[in-house]
Amino acid sequence: MAEVDFAALKKGGFMRQKQKGYFSLRLQVVGGQLTAENVKKISEVAEKYGRGYVHLTSRQGVEIPFIRFEDIEEVRRELAKGGVKPGVCGPRVRTVTACQGSAVCPSGNIDTQDIAQELDARYFGRDLPHKFKFGVTGCQNNCLKAEENDLGIKGALDVKWVEDKCISCGVCEKACREGAISMADGKIVLDERRCNYCGRCAKSCPTDAWEGENAYLVSFGGLFGNTIHKGDAILPLIRSKEQLYRVTDAAIQFFADHAKPGERFKFTLDRVGLETFKEKMEEAYNGGISD
Amino acid sequence: MAEYQIDDTVDITDVVCPITFVKAKCAIEELDDGQILSVHLNDGEPVQNVPRSFKEEGHQILKLIDNGDGTYDLLVKKVEA
Repeated sequence: MAEVDFAALKKGGFMRQKQKGYFSLRLQVVGGQLTAENVKKISEVAEKYGRGYVHLTSRQGVEIPFIRFEDIEEVRRELAKGGVKPGVCGPRVRTVTACQGSAVCPSGNIDTQDIAQELDARYFGRDLPHKFKFGVTGCQNNCLKAEENDLGIKGALDVKWVEDKCISCGVCEKACREGAISMADGKIVLDERRCNYCGRCAKSCPTDAWEGENAYLVSFGGLFGNTIHKGDAILPLIRSKEQLYRVTDAAIQFFADHAKPGERFKFTLDRVGLETFKEKMEEAYNGGISD
Repeated sequence: MAEYQIDDTVDITDVVCPITFVKAKCAIEELDDGQILSVHLNDGEPVQNVPRSFKEEGHQILKLIDNGDGTYDLLVKKVEA
């Protein structure tokens, strides 16, 4: 057998198993979605080259265990016919996870799948000092657990009350779980300090008297492995995709520039200082020019 | 309440989510287009979610009346799909 370059294989999604000569092949999945064609091909490959089963990973990925070392090239070619690509492991940008988002879910505030695809196109597999995970969740229900990720994105709704559409029915006051809405003399009062941008007022309003713009809440430095840390949401509401990607570009660049090899984002932020990082993020948030 | 003519009432304070909306939905099915249902419901999850579920089904919410005793009456006009 030729010399095995484990690092190269790992980069290509081949996870060495404890059984000698076998690999668990990680596949590229974006936002937890696979086409029926993908699934068919994965099934065929698992039958023919694996042991007839797949493993669903904790981050919406699929792995085919028990792939023989000598079959790797053939498996890669076979999967490509069904539009399936190997994923990645190691120190780089990992699978971008996402819930179904506003395209399908009544609670969704943003099109999470669209964002996941764009993040994947922008960053997937990019080499960095350590692993880097993105997660995109559509709303405050947080099904996708945004704050577990090195960079988490949460869908928000930036709401405004439109007086002449309102019938003062009282539904939104009750739909709000933050106590941010009160009614006085048939008029709505929104306490903006309490609003968490969940969008429940707009979604429940029978006359659409709450108008909402899609927006994003971003958290940094989440961990859910050996160390557990909830990502820090240090920026105000992000109101456009352009602004969102300015921030994600700057965050990942900060990690590339400042992290030591093998150091997760959270520990880089601890060492370099969250305040220093925050200044950089505010610069990106404001369009590259700091206040 | 005098401003609306109520055609039927349903009490969903005796059930919990998700049966709350199922019971309310069954009640509105019985009505004709344009008729008004009054739904008696509890504070908390029912009052947070049931109005929105009616909206998502395409019906028209008219009013939420706070009875001051931890219950509400939600007036819904049936809109035939």
